[in-house]
Amino acid sequence: MSDEYEHKLEAKSDYAGDASSVSSPDIDSVPDAELPDQELYHSHSWWTTYVFSQDAKYIGIQYALTAVGTGLLGLVLSWLMRIQLAFPGLGWLDPGAYYQFVTMHGMIMVVYLLTALFLGGFGNLLIPLMCGARDMAFPYVNMLSYWAFVVAVLVLLASFFVPGGPTGAGWTLYPPQAITAGTPGSDMGIILMLISLILFVAGFTMGGLNYIITVLQLRARGMTLMRLPLTIWGIFTATVLAMFAFPALLVGCLMMTLDSLLGTSFFMPAMVSLGETLTHEGGSPILFQHLFWFFGHPEVYIVALPAFGIVSDLLSVHSRKTIFGYRMMVWAIVGIGALSFFVWAHHMYVSGMNPWFGFFFATTTLIIAVPTAIKVYNWILTLWRGNIQLSLPMLFSLGFIVTFLNGGLTGLFLGNVTVDVPLSDTYFVVAHFHMVMGIAPILVIFGAIYHWYPLITGRMMDETLGKIHFWITFIGSYAIYFPMHYQGFVGVPRRYFEIYDSPYIDTSTLLLNKFITIAVLIVGAAQLLFLYNLITSARLGKKSEKNPWKANSLEWQTPQMPPEHGNWGKELPKVYRWPYDFSVPGAKEDYIPQNQPPSEIVGAKVEKT
Amino acid sequence: MNKKKSIFQLLTEKPWEKDQIEADNQHQGQTVNLSKQKLGLRTLMAASTVLFSLFIVAYSDRMLISDWKNMPEPWLLWLNTGILVISSLVFHMTTKYAEKGIFDKTKNCLYFVGFLAYSFLIGQLIVWYQLMSTGYYATTNVANAFFYLFTTIHGLHIVGGIYFWGKTTSKFIKRTHKKEEINNLIDTCAVYWHFLLAVWIVLFGLMLSS
Repeated sequence: MSDEYEHKLEAKSDYAGDASSVSSPDIDSVPDAELPDQELYHSHSWWTTYVFSQDAKYIGIQYALTAVGTGLLGLVLSWLMRIQLAFPGLGWLDPGAYYQFVTMHGMIMVVYLLTALFLGGFGNLLIPLMCGARDMAFPYVNMLSYWAFVVAVLVLLASFFVPGGPTGAGWTLYPPQAITAGTPGSDMGIILMLISLILFVAGFTMGGLNYIITVLQLRARGMTLMRLPLTIWGIFTATVLAMFAFPALLVGCLMMTLDSLLGTSFFMPAMVSLGETLTHEGGSPILFQHLFWFFGHPEVYIVALPAFGIVSDLLSVHSRKTIFGYRMMVWAIVGIGALSFFVWAHHMYVSGMNPWFGFFFATTTLIIAVPTAIKVYNWILTLWRGNIQLSLPMLFSLGFIVTFLNGGLTGLFLGNVTVDVPLSDTYFVVAHFHMVMGIAPILVIFGAIYHWYPLITGRMMDETLGKIHFWITFIGSYAIYFPMHYQGFVGVPRRYFEIYDSPYIDTSTLLLNKFITIAVLIVGAAQLLFLYNLITSARLGKKSEKNPWKANSLEWQTPQMPPEHGNWGKELPKVYRWPYDFSVPGAKEDYIPQNQPPSEIVGAKVEKT
Repeated sequence: MNKKKSIFQLLTEKPWEKDQIEADNQHQGQTVNLSKQKLGLRTLMAASTVLFSLFIVAYSDRMLISDWKNMPEPWLLWLNTGILVISSLVFHMTTKYAEKGIFDKTKNCLYFVGFLAYSFLIGQLIVWYQLMSTGYYATTNVANAFFYLFTTIHGLHIVGGIYFWGKTTSKFIKRTHKKEEINNLIDTCAVYWHFLLAVWIVLFGLMLSS
């Protein structure tokens, strides 16, 4: 350690413009803060403390609970669909209800659960804590963001109770069928869905503004961008993507709302419906598809990038090892983010387009696999010869790597036009995107909840229940989705509420449907176990130590645990290194927190950062 | 301290190297030397630019289909454009007066900007009224629908601007904040005004040229 600081004065001279830094020879020296401490809002009443809270930690929890509540509805919808698919003889659902459940399940899971939970939930909870800020940059706007989300959810749920029910247009909401008679919910249901999405985008923009400004401008002293935990890099990049991608959804939603309410013809072509010629003329349905997928593909990475970031941190902490290739991980996150805007039309290979267009998008799709593969290699190399603790977060992270790899590989198949065309609209696609965008991020979410639960409640979640939850979820999801790949190859089409006696579909395939449904019910029930654990551990769980996982990042270094309002007591933390100094040779402890001054580190032979 | 660095330079830092550690320990925790309001506005302007660009893309794509019928541009739109240009100029003057600390002139200028912004909105509504009374409804042709859509979205941006203009003006008149803080807010509003002028000129130009 000592020789690290011998050249201190020489190194300093590069920064001659900075007078304060040259004066002190003390190795812990950090210049005085040039920026004033953040003004903090203090709540005065019950309403502003518990309902309209402006504390980012609290908003994060509000976001997470609302998202999980909505997600449970999505889960129940999937049970209902699966029962219909396995036992069509029961007459459980009529085709309309099946479509409606498919649509609502998809939209809820992608937008209202995953996006809201990763960015709204984990973003709000972790950004100020991990960056070393007292709160978000604009706490009031942050509060508005959450309540806009709540209203969006309520509008979405209201669509279940209007005449005609919710929309059944599929989560992609393609016109013209989304707003044409004959599709379930084509009057009120679709309007409420579009309004709900518009509100969600408005709310998200307010939240996203906070995440970006807080990460860029309100970090602790010494916290450079390249010392940030990868969790923050993931959430930050995803937020930037969302700020650029959500406008496309907004444009699509606004124009379709007008088509439906006023009778304009942005997307609606001239057509005959139920024997009558509609007043629409000349609209372009393909235009909507381009707008939708210009949002829709980055959306995949809006969900995936925070998961990438979080899982990198979990793997590093729970294998007591520096993340392998930190800079490469950051580059991969940024690179994937940039590339994600150039692949959207691979969702539209069967929509009809110039073959060269398809060629271009197939190429970009394969290119984006490169940074993604780099990440997978780096996760594995982080584990290599690490001191792996098979704690709950680690188990879920390992589950994530396998699942993500699996879903990613099928993505390579589907990215090629020639392979995609026959597989399009089969269960192969369903299996692919559930693996890569459903199960994989959800596993990270579970790992993250088990990891950061003590930070919120001060107690640990039950380990045994957690392990049962993990194994049922992990094995169960393979029991669900592996057979679906096979069904897809056989040619079972998606979005059909019943496949009747199709000669090309074997009875064994129908038997598989029953098997999958039973697995779905079991996996779903295991989530109730998780909820039980989540709720009871808040009161009955084992009291957690101050830094239970011996992690380095700042969120565990607050004076109080769980952190109080304002996070940091009187003094803001000062940061001396990145958050990955685990098992430093010679050091007494196997971890060196980011804010521990170099003079307090005992016995380290090399001080890496 | 806040040496300007490109994104590329930031991303290629080697945080484990000795020199970099020294430099990083001196870091103040701010990436760019801008107030959070100004950077926040830039972020929103970026998102807004994407939004309007996508509208323009949709417009250009839809224009190619044969049912497109161009809409006449009422002369009042030129007047409204003029009002917007003047309000932007006045806002620019406001920032200069505020910088010099001339209270009265700044106040008058702020009021005048507000008046112009409201006049612009009223002018746009009159254009709507004229168009509708001559039979150019949104449903008549998609070109009209785009016109109503563009003016609405742009108008809503102006309404948002008026909200923040109001907050800034009342803070300025009450003299409760420090001069630097209030000038920062006035500057931020002015930038937003110029941005909305630029957006309008692009949208208006697009509709004129097609």
